Amino acid sequence: MTRHLKMDEPATDRLLDQLPSRLTGAPMDRPDGPKKVSGTATYAHEWQMDGKTFGVLARAPVAKGKLVRIDKSAIEKLPGILGVFSEDRFLRNPAQGTADEAPVQGVSEISYFGQPIALVVAETFEQARHGAHILELVCEAEADGVFDPEASNLAPEKPEDDQLDQGDLDKAMAEAAFSVDATYRTPSHNSAAMEPHCSIASWDGDELTLRGSYQMVKYNVNELADSLGIEPEKVRILTPFVGGGFGSKLGIAPEAVAAAIAAKAIGRPVCVTLTRQQVFENVMRRSESRQRLRLAADETGKLTGIGHECLVSNLPGESFHEPILQATHFIYGGENRRLGMEVARLNLMCAGSVRAPGEAIGMQVLENAMDELAHVSGIDPVELRKRNIPDVHPEEGTPYSSRPFAEALDEGAKRFGWDKRNPKPAQTREGEWLIGMGMAAAARVNMLMESKARVILKEDGTAVVETDMTDIGTGTYAILTQICCDMLGLAPDKVDTRLGDSNFPKASGSGGSFGASSSGSSVYLACQDIRAELARRLGCEEDALQLQDGKATGGGKDSALPALLAGEAIEAEGHIEPGETMEKAKQATYGSYFAEVAVNAVTGETRVRRMLGVFGAGRILNRKTATSQCYGGMTWGIGMALHEAMEFDPRDGHVVNNDLAEYHIPVNLDVPQLDVVLLEERDDWASPIQAKGLGELGLCGAGAAVTNAIFNATGVRVRDYPATLDKILDGLPELEMA
Amino acid sequence: MRPFDYHRSDDAGDAVKAAGEDGALFIAGGTNLLDLMKLDLMTPSRLVDINRIGLDEITETEAGGLSIGALVTNSDCAADARIREDYEVLSRAILAGASGQLRNKATTGGNLCQRTRCYYFYDPDMVCNKREPGSGCSAIGGANRIHAILGASDECIATYPGDMAVAMAALDAHVVIEGQGGGTRTVPVREFHRLPGDQPDKDNILEPEELITHVTLPAPARGRHIYRKVRDRASYAFALVSIAAVVEMEAGKIASASLAFGGLAHKPWHDPSIDDLLTGEAPSDALFEKAADILLADAEGQGSNDFKIPLARRTLKAVLRDATGECS
Repeated sequence: MTRHLKMDEPATDRLLDQLPSRLTGAPMDRPDGPKKVSGTATYAHEWQMDGKTFGVLARAPVAKGKLVRIDKSAIEKLPGILGVFSEDRFLRNPAQGTADEAPVQGVSEISYFGQPIALVVAETFEQARHGAHILELVCEAEADGVFDPEASNLAPEKPEDDQLDQGDLDKAMAEAAFSVDATYRTPSHNSAAMEPHCSIASWDGDELTLRGSYQMVKYNVNELADSLGIEPEKVRILTPFVGGGFGSKLGIAPEAVAAAIAAKAIGRPVCVTLTRQQVFENVMRRSESRQRLRLAADETGKLTGIGHECLVSNLPGESFHEPILQATHFIYGGENRRLGMEVARLNLMCAGSVRAPGEAIGMQVLENAMDELAHVSGIDPVELRKRNIPDVHPEEGTPYSSRPFAEALDEGAKRFGWDKRNPKPAQTREGEWLIGMGMAAAARVNMLMESKARVILKEDGTAVVETDMTDIGTGTYAILTQICCDMLGLAPDKVDTRLGDSNFPKASGSGGSFGASSSGSSVYLACQDIRAELARRLGCEEDALQLQDGKATGGGKDSALPALLAGEAIEAEGHIEPGETMEKAKQATYGSYFAEVAVNAVTGETRVRRMLGVFGAGRILNRKTATSQCYGGMTWGIGMALHEAMEFDPRDGHVVNNDLAEYHIPVNLDVPQLDVVLLEERDDWASPIQAKGLGELGLCGAGAAVTNAIFNATGVRVRDYPATLDKILDGLPELEMA
Repeated sequence: MRPFDYHRSDDAGDAVKAAGEDGALFIAGGTNLLDLMKLDLMTPSRLVDINRIGLDEITETEAGGLSIGALVTNSDCAADARIREDYEVLSRAILAGASGQLRNKATTGGNLCQRTRCYYFYDPDMVCNKREPGSGCSAIGGANRIHAILGASDECIATYPGDMAVAMAALDAHVVIEGQGGGTRTVPVREFHRLPGDQPDKDNILEPEELITHVTLPAPARGRHIYRKVRDRASYAFALVSIAAVVEMEAGKIASASLAFGGLAHKPWHDPSIDDLLTGEAPSDALFEKAADILLADAEGQGSNDFKIPLARRTLKAVLRDATGECS
């Protein structure tokens, strides 16, 4: 049995609000939590296998050039060394998310410093690493590597599908009562997932099993098969637990292909785990950006024009560019619009999806510019945003689906005590500390992706959910269990949710915040099918069927599930597909952030003292895991505002701060008590479970609340992220003796 | 990591003897050494494990001070009641460094030998005079936001990254060192670390088979103890600028002052002329400016670390204000 739904029409029946069981939305503990805290959740590197060997990738020691030869003589005699591999099927960099085919292959052409070009395999990890370090890679360097996206001799590409010119922005700017024209810069970011990237490849004849740490299994199977030149049917991927993805594990990556090739050659399983340094230089970075913002407004603060012109970068041959403009298109009105995108080709590690690609830095900078507009116009920042919420999509004229944007702004302002903020900068001081408040809006596009799941209601009245969906720490095990529990009237311990196996039905995978609503919808649909069959067996209308505590009632009859099943399990597949609701109404998620900071008047050090986020993302599937996603997002926002930046050597583009000591993400002491409010919302246009994406919304503007608060505290506007103390120091007041 | 020999010692004499071999290194907490070995940046032929040789107590000295065994962990040292009471600057400095987990492993002797955090020192594919004398310095002309503004040379602009030793320099602590044959020597912490000069591979004055056995603190220094560390995030980051200050006031004047600085140079920076300038004077902004003038007279930025110069000046003034209390 298969129940298929293409989202062409809004789903107005809202079945989950009518069921007797209401677990969906409840702050249920993760069923996988005890395994994780007791160390029994098996992550990629931890699979115990007979004959397991270890591979370590060796890096290109030049930024651009050719690998001439590999001199293995020094390492072949070392104890434990099993082989050195390098060939045309090796990957230059990971595949971009949803690529579904091999990324750029062949490693003899060197495109960036640190590119993996060989794999050393040995009996132990230590032997392999030793071998990789001393392996002699004879390379021919070319001197014309490019590392600065703003270098004057570059001619950046202009992707045609990411340009918009509507009305006359120059005229709007000239005629504006208030205007802002400011250029911001954001640095490259690395998601620095706690679990390093890892693959264990093992072959059984011509069949490959890859135990890895990946986010999008159905695409990864095709990417791996295409890279190796084998049929996808011969590839199985297992990734039941992923220790943080954030986009860095979307596409198949060099270590997987290298492990597979080596495992085939030596006839034993090969485990390739990246070192922390390799995670920093071999996975995906968020592109740095230069963003010019122009805002034109009338006397009331209403926008008459928006300009958002960006420069980002990537390696030659990569189709991805940071989609900075995504939310700028729809969040605010203004009839004159110029949105532009340029891509510089550099010899830096690959740029790709890093949590909330686009909005993470696009909303951050747009919301700084809105703060600048509020300042020059004298209009309260919250009020200014509310005045610019458009009735219809300002470019496409389409209506919006559920959009609690104004509510998020008002609710946040009220809860935070926004009315206590002094709009004049640098007015509040506590000893050495300058105090300020800032706010920003949140917005993120919403997506639904094709996704399938199988639900089996077994003879004993317990259920199994199977899908190749992944749980990257987000709570997939919890939410799919909850939906199944409600739909089938079962307690959580009666539902066994199994994920991350390519033998299961093909899901959306985790990415773009679409995983929960897409995979959740597929489980919902499968369960609907099972409900129909149960109603048939019970002899009642499907609408009349009530399932609760393992019992079915309806049409005046009732039965315990095992009796009703009578030895015959019910198996159903749910299949959701995006449809016309994506075009008929603009779907997005919204929110607001409020932050209070203290900036040290002596040193320019910033401490966030409190921070609030208010978010609307349709139906919340689990308040605990959803809140955790928002905590995480806001923490990223603090990091992006205050310290996170990949530093590249200006001469060869290698990643300079390639460990967690020098790549500064926020530590506990940098993060105050965070408050998260999730608004009650249903979006019928988004999915049959009225849920939208939430995983990324927490950082789509969060950093701007912090830097806007720095401006309020000090009068210093940092336009070159992150706002480290050196950028604030010059604008601080002279120190006077008390 | 290169294959290496491992020897566990039960007493200091045996450890020193076992370290006699070329390329041998002591290992205690290993919080820095193991990281460097994994990256092949340090490649000892033999590790001499000194974790069981004792030297893990803090005892009182005849001079009225304390003797801290080399194997006393940073956590234990910072938590010791005598240290907290009489050498507050040291306790504060230790707690400003690393993380709880690292401080539980890191030892007093080992922490003195902590190596620089220069990005290029940590990358085996970059030339580095500290790793390979004569190969060149990649940090000059590269990314050098965290590098030295004082006492650097054309061959090395790395900094000493630690906190503990900065406080020890302010306290004028001494390092007790045992060499081959059981002989010992004592060196002030202020002279233990070196400037890079033309030998940046030598961080300090220890000879290969010498072992730090103790750090001695003089009798308690009265006055206000301050350790102020300025860094890029609130915790778990190395100092951009740090200042250890022990300042005693008497009748509105500075009776004694001892200051040391971290994050600025290849060693904890101590300039006696700053202490001399302050001593006997009434606190004032003009005086503090003069102190900063002395500190920064020869300061030289590398580009991206230029900000350390005004940052050090501002921080020094603020620390001196704190240390001298109410000012006229």
